[in-house]
Formats: sequence, C-alpha cells, structure tokens
Amino acid sequence: MSFEHRHLLGIEPLKPHEITAILDLADDYVALNRRPEKHSDVLAGLTQINMFFENSTRTQASFELAGKRLGADVMNMAMQASSIKKGETLIDTAMTLNAMHPDLLVVRHPHSGAVDLLAQKVNCAVLNAGDGKHEHPTQALLDALTIRRSKGRLHRLNIAICGDIAHSRVARSNLILLGKMENRIRLIGPPTLVPGQFAEFGAEIYDDMREGLKDVDVVMMLRLQKERMDGGFIPSEREYYHRYGLDADKLGRAKPDAIVMHPGPMNRGVEIDGTLADDINRSVIQEQVEMGVAVRMAAMDLLARNLRAERQAKAG
Amino acid sequence: MSTLFINARLIDPEAGTDTPGAVLVRNGRIAAVEKDTADPVRMLNAQGLSPKDVTQVDCGGKCLAPGIVDIGVKVCEPGERHKESYKSAGLAAAAGGVTTIVTRPDTTPSIDSPEALEFVTRRAQADTPVNVLPMAALTKGREGREMTEIGFLMDAGAVAFCDCDHVVSNTKVFQRALTYARSCGALVIAHPQEPVLSKGAAATSGKFAALYGLPAVSPMAERMGLDRDIALLEMTGAKYHADQITTARALPALERAKSNGLDITAGTSIHHLTLNELDVAGYRSFFKVKPPLRSEDDRLAVVEAVRTGLIDTISSMHTPQDEESKRLPFEEAAAGAVALETLLPAALRLYHAELLDLPALFRAMSLNPARRLGLESGRLAAGAPADLVLFDADVPFVLDRFTLRSKSQNTPFDGQRMQGRVEATYVAGEPVYRRD
Repeated sequence: MSFEHRHLLGIEPLKPHEITAILDLADDYVALNRRPEKHSDVLAGLTQINMFFENSTRTQASFELAGKRLGADVMNMAMQASSIKKGETLIDTAMTLNAMHPDLLVVRHPHSGAVDLLAQKVNCAVLNAGDGKHEHPTQALLDALTIRRSKGRLHRLNIAICGDIAHSRVARSNLILLGKMENRIRLIGPPTLVPGQFAEFGAEIYDDMREGLKDVDVVMMLRLQKERMDGGFIPSEREYYHRYGLDADKLGRAKPDAIVMHPGPMNRGVEIDGTLADDINRSVIQEQVEMGVAVRMAAMDLLARNLRAERQAKAG
Repeated sequence: MSTLFINARLIDPEAGTDTPGAVLVRNGRIAAVEKDTADPVRMLNAQGLSPKDVTQVDCGGKCLAPGIVDIGVKVCEPGERHKESYKSAGLAAAAGGVTTIVTRPDTTPSIDSPEALEFVTRRAQADTPVNVLPMAALTKGREGREMTEIGFLMDAGAVAFCDCDHVVSNTKVFQRALTYARSCGALVIAHPQEPVLSKGAAATSGKFAALYGLPAVSPMAERMGLDRDIALLEMTGAKYHADQITTARALPALERAKSNGLDITAGTSIHHLTLNELDVAGYRSFFKVKPPLRSEDDRLAVVEAVRTGLIDTISSMHTPQDEESKRLPFEEAAAGAVALETLLPAALRLYHAELLDLPALFRAMSLNPARRLGLESGRLAAGAPADLVLFDADVPFVLDRFTLRSKSQNTPFDGQRMQGRVEATYVAGEPVYRRD
C-alpha cells in the first residue's frame, strides 16, 4: 500500500493513487461496519485525541466511532470550553497534549492553517477535521467514496457543487479531490458566494442554477454558513431558496439518475427541499454519513501503519 | 578629522552614475568627490591637506553610496521595548547601512503629543549611533477623530505626520487635517487603502487566497484609498506621501496626480518588491505584512515604477514582532517584518536580477527620501553630510535570522540565499559599523 504521509492535513498533498488507496481500504471497512460484530483491533494500544476548537456533533461522533471500532483509546476534548478561554495559545495546547503521548490527533479549528501549524509541533499523526475555510479532507474522501459506490466510478463525471462555496472548506477539498480524479466540476451559486478566483482551479462557474445543473451526474449541496458570514451576502433566505435551493424542478435539469448529496447539517427549505433530501431514490445523504465512519477508519488505519513503521525504524 | 576613501566604486544617485573614484570627508561632511580620474594627492592639495592629516580607507573596489534614509521604521519604545529598543534598532540600522531612521508613531501609547515626541528624541539621542528623525501621529491616538498639535509637534522635531496603518476613514477629519498641515508646511504620510474592504484581510484575493481559505482583500482597495486621497489633495493642496504603493492598479492614478502637479510622492516596501503572495505557502506568518503580499504581476509593475521614478522611495517598513505574536494561526498572527539589516541585501536582488541599477536603488533608498523630508543627506556630493555606506554588492551568504541585531527576528528571508553585504557604515564621517 503506498500512502506515504505522516498526517492527513488536506487533499492538496495527496496523489490520485493515494486517494484510491484510502477509498479501497474504506470499502473494506464499510463491509466490517455492516456486520453485527463490527470490531477490529488495528488501532489497539493507540491513543486518539479529538480536539475540536469549533462545535461539531457529526464529525466528532464519526471520528470517535471510527477510532473505537478500530480499538483505539479515544478521548474527546471540547476546546472551546477549555484552556483556550484562559489565554493559552494553540502551540502551548499542542505541546501540553504532546506530552501525554497521543498517537492520533484529530483537530478542528476555526482558522485556516491552524491544523498545519499544530502538526509541526507534535510527534503524532494529525488528522484535519476542518480548518477555517481551508480544507476538510475526510469529508471530501467520504463524498468521493459515496460517489464511487453509487456511480461505479470516480472519474469523468459532471459534478455540480452548489451554494456557499466561499465559506466552505468542504467545497475546497472536494474541488481539489474531484479535480485530481479528472471530473468536470461546476460551481453554482450567487457571485457573492462563488468568487471568480475559483475559475482558476479549472471549474466552470454558473450563477444560474438551472443552467448549471443541466446533465450533471452528481449534485452536491452545501450548507449556507450563516455563522461565517460577516455581512450581507444574500438578500434573504427565501430569495436564496427561490434561486439556489434544490427542489424537484431544478433537479429535473440534471441527469435522471443524478444523485443528491449534502454534508450536513441541512437547512431544510433554505438550500434544499426537505422532501427531496429524504427521497431515497435520489438522496445519498444517509450513505454519506455511513461512508464517513468507514473513510475515517481507513485514514486512521493508514496513518497508524506509517506511525508504527516509523517508530520501528527508529527503535531498530 | 578627515577621511579619504580611495579605490571606491561610487554610487551617485543624483547624477545616476556608477563609477570608480574617491571621496574626501572633512568635519562630518563630504568635502570633495572625484570620479574616474581620482588623484588622491590632488584632492588633498585642493583642500589644503597633506596625506598625514587624513585617515585613508582603501575601499578595494567596493561600492560607496550615500547612507540609506528609511522612512517608516518602527521602534517599539514606548510600550514594547522587548520587541525593539532604540539601542537595538540603532545597531541594526548601522549594520544595514541605514544612516537615518524615520520612526513611526504607532507605539503604545502613540506619539501624538510634543511630550511623547520629546521622550522619543531623548531615548534616540542616548542610545542610537545613526540619525533618528521622529514622525508624529496625524490624529490623537491614531483614532482618526481629532488632529494632533501639528505646529507644536513640528517645533519639537516631527518631520512628518502619519497614522501608519490606520486609515483616517472619516474623510472630513482627514480633509481638515490635510488643510491644517498645509498651513504648517507639514508632510502627511498616509496608508492608501479602502478601510472597510481591507478589514480583517490576511492575503490578497486571488487563486492563492482562495486555495488557502484566507480572508482576502482585492488589490483594488489600494487604488480606492489612493483615489480618495488624491481628490483630497486637489481640494487642500497638502504635501502628501503614500507610504506603500504595492499594486499595478494604483499606478496610473499616481501618475495622473503627479502630472497634474499635486505635491504627491509615493513609497513602497522592500518586501513588496522582492516577495509575492505565493511565498506565504504553508501559512508562514513571517510573510504576513500589511498590506498583504501581492501577485507576481503586481510586484513586477511596482519594481518598474521604482525604475521609472514614479514610485519615489523604498522603505524597510521595519516592524518587529516577538515570537508569541507570530507563532499563531496565520489569520491571528501579527503583521510586519524586521528589515533594517536585510533592506540592502534584499534590494540587491533587484540589481542582480538586472531590474534596477545601483544608482536607481539609491535614488529610492537615500536621495528621494532625504529630499522629501528636506534633508541635506542622501547625496554623494561636496557639502552633503558624510553619511555613507560601504558595501560589497556581490558576496553571497545565507541569512540566519538569529544573527540579526534587532531584538525581534521576524524576517521572511531566514535561510535564504542573499548576495551583497554591508562592510561599513559612516554617520557624519564617523564609522558606526564595521563588519568584523
């Protein structure tokens, strides 16, 4: 298996064959997770710490479950409630944790680049669970796995990413990953939320959703990130829903077998019609959650193998 | 006391020449300059001196140029002396060939009263081997609400007025301050930037900032700020200097303002001339400056504007920051870089890249800043103060930030290959630095 990274900080440093390696292994873990006895011990003896400097329910639960299913000792730290409030810097926090000898550190932080900075200061493997508006690699990987399993391939697909691209690390990681795997990507949304610079990544930009969705295979919706907006980007939620909310009518422009994705949590009636989100023939939103656990198991498994190999080499 | 510099490569920014020659210094001033056919004995005879009256310095073919006049140096007294004191800044300046530092008022508290300015003058005189000329804030507390006592501050020695990176966003306040400053003959230095657009920005908008997910500002915000200021100059007739012009889009506006006869000059920073936005890669906070680093196209346009003289001055924008304020996620990290000691080696990159010749570099680093402030220095001519820098333009070295004399070592050039080094610095004919 060729996956030569110490950390998983983003999709950007990964090569296509490494992405495939993670997804292949994740397929095995999907099978494991569907068995009544879903336990493995590949991470037995290792300590996983989940450090979330920003609120998260889904991602944190997914990482926690992934670690536990692989037999790691998992600890959750809700950082927004702890020492950061007492004025401790990120690096001091990292050094403190490092002294507790964790093996896997899962970090989410509100600032872009913060997880990279932390990774420079610790001796363990760091997984980026989302940094600011930069990257959210495991989300892109779980989306890729979902697409690959439902479309049978992860290349030469027309994929639309819709909504609040500007504030979304999910969009960035997906854009990079799907681009590396040679898909055609369209970004759809109001120009205030889809800055023109994204055209330089090789994506096509549409501000008319009906036009943009024409003949796509995959529709990825994004959450309107109200908490990251520091000014008026859209006139109102109802106008946004009218122009950019995904409903049956707009989806009719896509291919008949197009799938609908959403990283969650959804704002029903803002970016997506509630009925459509629940339509098991079109929506793969529940599968995405399932793939999330498997992809995180695969990522942690691969990083732990490298960590063990590195330690063995050092000891030998 | 007299010193004769022989066998020198003379960089004369006023004449625009780069020639072999000799310089005679007497009583702190340049007494004579001879180019090409320098005959030391004749030079001495003309001054009524004999060889035993003078100290002779053989420059060994190295460059002798007027010392650098650096507008916009932050010395962190009062308030943050642990980042930079007058003593450490003075040593760094001397080692960098900077013979005059023009200090910024963005200290804690701001230099916005004659009393605060006197403190600066006293500290500078006690501890600094180079010339120190203080600037004062244009508005009290740099808050953009009320103008400072511009007249009293000038009497106390303020050479210019600026609120540094704070834009006076209330246009009426700025208009009145410019009008009042004109009546005093004061130079106002402003930071052209649309303050609302640039609020919170850590990068320049573009592919790089989009990829890295950093809050970004359009380069257009600089032009919008400059356009407003130019309109105010047409209204008030004030004497104005833009601290840093860093984008191609601002240059036509500057050119028009100059050709319309407004009393306007502009500077840029050494970092915007030698680095671009891609250097931040990996969120390296030592590359975080204000305004943020620009695209390569902008960088080249600004270098060209220095060559043509549209941009008048190059500054170090020396801004010391301690490790604690830099070792943070990029967005939270403090902006600014130290540059007194790296200004000349970095500027020489432009010379080695054949973008600027040495007289053009020293026109922007020595002659023009001195002229704008009404100083006699910055020239390699008889009668000028003997503020000189002797440097080897070619010697290669790798910069180690821990060798810097500044108390803070936040330089973006750490570990980089540089070419060109200061051999000695003279202020009023006296050596203030010699490389050992």
